[in-house]
Amino acid sequence: MTETTLSHPENREPTAFTQEELGWLPWLEPFPAEQLTERHWAGLVDASRAKSPYFLLLARDPDILQARTKTDKDIFYNTSNGLPRAERELAATATSRSNGCIFCASVHSRFATQFSKRGADVQRLLDEGVDVDIDGRWNAIVAASVTLTDTPIEFGSRQIEALRVAGLGDAEIVDVINGASFFNWANRLMLSLGEPTPPVSS
Amino acid sequence: MSTIISDVIDHLAGIQPGSSLDRLRDQRPQARENAQRSFLALFEPEVPGHVTAIERYAIATFVAGLHRQAHVTDFYAASLQKLGHPRLTDAIRSEIARGSVTGPYGRYPQGPLTVEDEEGPEYQVSADNRERLGSRLVAGLQHAHLLVFHPRDASPAALQRLLDAGWSTTDVVTLSQLVAFLSFQIRVVAGLRALAGASAVENADADHTQIFTGVLASGTV
Repeated sequence: MTETTLSHPENREPTAFTQEELGWLPWLEPFPAEQLTERHWAGLVDASRAKSPYFLLLARDPDILQARTKTDKDIFYNTSNGLPRAERELAATATSRSNGCIFCASVHSRFATQFSKRGADVQRLLDEGVDVDIDGRWNAIVAASVTLTDTPIEFGSRQIEALRVAGLGDAEIVDVINGASFFNWANRLMLSLGEPTPPVSS
Repeated sequence: MSTIISDVIDHLAGIQPGSSLDRLRDQRPQARENAQRSFLALFEPEVPGHVTAIERYAIATFVAGLHRQAHVTDFYAASLQKLGHPRLTDAIRSEIARGSVTGPYGRYPQGPLTVEDEEGPEYQVSADNRERLGSRLVAGLQHAHLLVFHPRDASPAALQRLLDAGWSTTDVVTLSQLVAFLSFQIRVVAGLRALAGASAVENADADHTQIFTGVLASGTV
């Protein structure tokens, strides 16, 4: 039997990039929480994710979800060396701004602000877009993320040189490459399997 | 099918054991290991589900081709060639040529971002290849093109077209992960290759400087 999508005619999708907390509604039926097996729980990685319709939907293919989540966590949360957390979140935000993922950009711009304490600069990236002129280092990270997001990929020696001039070493450049590349994964899932809902406050 | 390649990103990026990029990748060991586990979960799944290996490799070849990454395209096409009829690979190659545009483009929900809307093509598999590929793969390729180039145009209607073509809800999750994962893998490979290239130039410059300094020191200039 052919399955059908879910629709949310009552939802008013956010129409601008924001650092506020948005919700998300799935366009396909999530896996039923009461039917989760050991393999599904392993796929969810954190048990708390069983409350999220996004992760419950992805749990339909638990092995790729588990590997995806562990890749994500190491790229963003392993702070033993490399790029500061704030700038990894900046790469995620710039990528999401370029692809047009309002939900992903909201989450990661909040993190970028939290770690950098530069909420106004982060907001300018959201408001003005990826050509915004912030400062040499942030411009280089944004440009690297955006050229890596372009299809075909435009990232190359020019962007690497700009990152080096801005003071990034090779380990930090690898973090920019990983962070922007990962959000090309995350944005596509978030954008294509459901839609954002307005901030809880409004 | 099985692979003897222990790390596909290293393989595609040309990273040798013990090289500086090998050591740099090792600073994120979980990311490295799980990028490989992701590849295995999608291309050599323990629980295959209802998405066939031919479908997985056909769509992967198409996605890599749309990114104009010839060596990645050849990597996935080699597996497709082993699994399917040679004419299937030819059909995918011709669809890559037809579908190769520039992204990201697409529309925003009506509002202040509407001024940033960028129009682009709504790709359809050619009439010639529809029968050869079958309706299920045709729908999969068309959805892959949407995800590669204009994911912000995604909609419930786009997912419904997959469901109508015989993809189950779970199959759609697998397909979405496959295209999204490749969008990551291909960029990591391109990024690391660019870094290796830039480092090679820099090392060559450094060697040249050393030679030049040596020549100066020897007093032969």
